[in-house]
Amino acid sequence: MRTITASAITDTVARLCVQANLKLPEDVSAALARSRREEPWPLAKETLDLLWDNMELAGQRQLPICQDTGMACVFVELGQDVHIEGDFEQAIHEGVRLGYGEGYLRKSIVGDPLRRVNTEDNTPAAITLRLVPGDGFHITVAPKGFGSENMSRLAMLKPADGVEGVKRFVVETVRLAGPNPCPPIILGIGIGGSFDKVAGLAKHALLRPIDQPNPDPFYAALEQDLLKEINALGIGPQGFGGRTTCLGLSIETAPTHVAGLPVAVNVSCHVTRRASAQL
Amino acid sequence: MQYTLTTPVTREQLAPLRAGDTVLLSGTVYTARDAAHKRMMELLDAGEPLPFPVEGSAIYYVGPTPERPGQIIGSAGPTTSGRMDAYSPRLLDLGQAIMIGKGARNQAVKDAVVRNGAVYLAALGGAGALMAASVKELEVICWEDLGCEAVRRLEVQDFPLTVILDAHGGDLYQSGPAAYLGSL
Repeated sequence: MRTITASAITDTVARLCVQANLKLPEDVSAALARSRREEPWPLAKETLDLLWDNMELAGQRQLPICQDTGMACVFVELGQDVHIEGDFEQAIHEGVRLGYGEGYLRKSIVGDPLRRVNTEDNTPAAITLRLVPGDGFHITVAPKGFGSENMSRLAMLKPADGVEGVKRFVVETVRLAGPNPCPPIILGIGIGGSFDKVAGLAKHALLRPIDQPNPDPFYAALEQDLLKEINALGIGPQGFGGRTTCLGLSIETAPTHVAGLPVAVNVSCHVTRRASAQL
Repeated sequence: MQYTLTTPVTREQLAPLRAGDTVLLSGTVYTARDAAHKRMMELLDAGEPLPFPVEGSAIYYVGPTPERPGQIIGSAGPTTSGRMDAYSPRLLDLGQAIMIGKGARNQAVKDAVVRNGAVYLAALGGAGALMAASVKELEVICWEDLGCEAVRRLEVQDFPLTVILDAHGGDLYQSGPAAYLGSL
């Protein structure tokens, strides 16, 4: 049995909150770089160049890439042989409080969805815990902005809708979102499971680097098909028109019921952030 | 076509602008998001004055990150404008000339833009560091309790914007993608 202290978790979360908001993951910046080279439409290319300049400027000036520094979505894969000394969830919330304070990040969380008073420290985090074999502790902080989050959709399709129904729903989601989620976008897509499970799959799919296809060739091909179809919509960077509407997308699936075909699309933007660490 | 404008602006100055043109905006810009707009409506309902002169004004839908010591403003890109659709027509009818944000607007806003000779300009969504570089001065003028949603007076210089809705019914979110698809 290995022991991990609450304070080690807090320090790590605080550091990851700041890191994620100031520097894009390699796969996302690589996709943005490639889209600049390949975009044929002049206005779209200029817009992508400006997004690139913004990313560089954020690094130079130590400013968040986007002012919506998001809800702190924290994913932990916890080895079942690990003992945590102290309160696990409180340790994460404390890390968010420290990271968003010391990192001059925006506090965007209200404590109640209808009475809407800001908690002033961006807590609580949205924590997803997965118990795994062994004594590892892998943690990812993925701050999520709500310009794109608000464009996300979920549908309980019929089994008869099949793969075409899923494609229709995903493409329709992007079309309806239009310029709102700050294209070029990145999509996490969940297929299967139950009503709650499918949303979790979609969110979790955003953690996979967009240059890594689904390990199942059937779904890897579906990812390619969808990307091609979405980039034929013409929405383009910022919705000003062009080829580059979507930088990449990931599908995650789960077994489902004989009577159902749940599908969820978690929309994210060109500032799709995640930072990870092992403890 | 690129235009250079300084606030406050007149209807005549905005008339040449067309969807897809770019604007370098200088002068005073006020920030307001959902919560501040709601309070402005309450002031108007009560017959009270607004916290800033609305005639010819520009309102930027932004909630910046806190500034570090020595910085004027933190990261300051636009928020989704559609959440202000319920409030904007009333402000446009009172003389607001420029809305700055990102994302689609509803028909009532489009109609109010045409009716008043106003414009809706897009700042670069997700480009908070870049947009912040044009801000030269910042002052919180009211509703500090709203935190990042408080109303701020910004002095901007050559703030880079793109015309989405013009006073003649043009809409770049329709015409831009259509022009690209038409080129294929």
